[in-house]
Amino acid sequence: MVDDPAPVSVGAPASSSLPHLAFVLSTSLPGVSSAALEGGELVVRTHRDRLIPLMLLLRDDPRFRCEQLMDLCGVDFPQREERFDVVCNLLSVSHNHRIRVIVTTDELTPVPSVHTLWPCATWWERECYDLLGVLFSGQPDLRRILTDYGFEGHPLRKDFPLTGYVEVRYDPERRQIVREPVSLTQDFRDFDFVSPWEGVLTLPGDERAHELRQIMQKLK
Amino acid sequence: MTQATRQDPDSEFPGEGVLPQSLMPEELADEVERRTVEIDSHALNFGPQHPSAHGVLRLVLEMEGEVVARAVPHIGLLHRGTEKLIEHKTYQKALPYFDRLDYVSPMCEEHAFALATEKLLGIEAPDRAKWIRVIFAEITRILNHILNLTAMGLDCGAVTPALWGYEEREKLIEFHEAASGARFHANYFRPGGVARDLPAGLEERIANWAEEFPSWIDDLESLLTENRIWKQRTVGIGVFTSEQALAWGFSGPCLRGSGVPWDLRRSQPYDNYDQVTFNVPVARHGDCYDRYLIRVAELRESVKIIRQGLEKIKPGPIKIQDPKFSAPPRAVMKRSMEALIHHFKLFTEGYHVPPGATYTAVETPKGEFGVYLVADGSNRPYRCKIRPTGFSHLQAIDEMSRRSMLADTVAIIGSLDLVFGEVDR
Repeated sequence: MVDDPAPVSVGAPASSSLPHLAFVLSTSLPGVSSAALEGGELVVRTHRDRLIPLMLLLRDDPRFRCEQLMDLCGVDFPQREERFDVVCNLLSVSHNHRIRVIVTTDELTPVPSVHTLWPCATWWERECYDLLGVLFSGQPDLRRILTDYGFEGHPLRKDFPLTGYVEVRYDPERRQIVREPVSLTQDFRDFDFVSPWEGVLTLPGDERAHELRQIMQKLK
Repeated sequence: MTQATRQDPDSEFPGEGVLPQSLMPEELADEVERRTVEIDSHALNFGPQHPSAHGVLRLVLEMEGEVVARAVPHIGLLHRGTEKLIEHKTYQKALPYFDRLDYVSPMCEEHAFALATEKLLGIEAPDRAKWIRVIFAEITRILNHILNLTAMGLDCGAVTPALWGYEEREKLIEFHEAASGARFHANYFRPGGVARDLPAGLEERIANWAEEFPSWIDDLESLLTENRIWKQRTVGIGVFTSEQALAWGFSGPCLRGSGVPWDLRRSQPYDNYDQVTFNVPVARHGDCYDRYLIRVAELRESVKIIRQGLEKIKPGPIKIQDPKFSAPPRAVMKRSMEALIHHFKLFTEGYHVPPGATYTAVETPKGEFGVYLVADGSNRPYRCKIRPTGFSHLQAIDEMSRRSMLADTVAIIGSLDLVFGEVDR
């Protein structure tokens, strides 16, 4: 029943075909904002309205054939106008390459759900909604998944404190679970490591030397 | 007892002594007001304290008699906010969290994070460190597979394999302990190498063990592989085709059990996996029995890899010789001011990782375990998304156990190899 040894389909090493794919994606496809190699990994950025056609193409086109959606997650950049990146990591088993697709969104605009293309996307999208509050349109099952029943807030947002707001404990007197605001005897020790010797460029009495350095840098 | 006395017809308190309707004489029963209470007797809560839920899985099963109509997993009961915690720790302090994800195969999880950080830093571990990582990743794989195979046997009523397996696991845990100092939560792999060198004599001990271990696998197989009851419980149960397995994001033994020849150690080799020869077992039927066979075959392959690793490993440095990334030896610190400063900076501030993002995946015993690491140039990960293996396997349980018997669901959960530290993070 177990084939031994197995013929493992290993295509060309992943790195050799990726520049070609990046070229194809960035030149011949509509809706791709950018496609480039970043640190040896193929990253495709697109607009969320174009996500579904692009994903369909990446899944079904014989050049890409990404059969698997390995991971879908969100990243929060609160200083941006559209603060969330939604990152999909696709894997092609037949071509042995990975493609990462990134779209951006904010708290209110939904991203089209890809669960019709890969059924496993449902839980990843639920997780992304739960932890970051990203909405997905066309996802019929957008419930919380990892946090507690009745949890409020989205813990992976950068403005959500590490300690959270509510602590849960069992109260032996009342014989029930109680929820109380978090009270800590000691705050989380969050040091910044900005060195006073590295951050300051102009030392007092050293202004002229600093000006000179700046001019030299401009000339370079 | 109190209820029984209260319902006693000879009770001193006639108002309370009401018989249950079924025991009343017919004429009395008609007088009592009838209440109909609707109970959906078809919903069954499986877990979170059920022993064959392999942890804290709450599975709500909608039953039609003995047949599962729908399985709704509720997860997150072990959610500890690992990803949030990692965002507030330096890279070095983030590493031990990975032991606590899949606590059955700790070193493989560390491997993913170490490789991801190395990739962003642009550093490479020395050759000896790579071999140590390969050897211990395979030891961890055997640890994991022994627990899974025997626990799955236990779920299906085979008690002996679990007893034998724990004895064998103990030997491997001793290797863990000898190398890292900890039996389970090793915290041994580091970005840029491993924490410390193997103690003297450990390589011979592992080599001796690797000679004996295949006969243990034979013993295990003699208990299960051709066992009639075992085959009745697993053959043709939880069948998943390769198309389904791909669409549901399967990886590892579950994907290979469905006939897809895919192993990251072979197709996207990391560390020294490209220098060892091993087979990738693949099966065709995609049922629980095939997943079992795959894991047994992988045990043998892991022993092969360990033997090759022990042959090829040579003395040398075990972490990158750059004081910015790896701590200086204790003895040097006593004499060198420079080393002392490096040590202090490394353990307070840590190292700064240049901005960038990477998705790095390794083949853990359960399948593809990925880390999507976003660095912003500071000494902490900006975002560290952990791609657990069991998450997508568990999601498919509804599809996999549909129209199967309740007892088969237990076998399916066992064959998926779930650990909730990893699924819930």
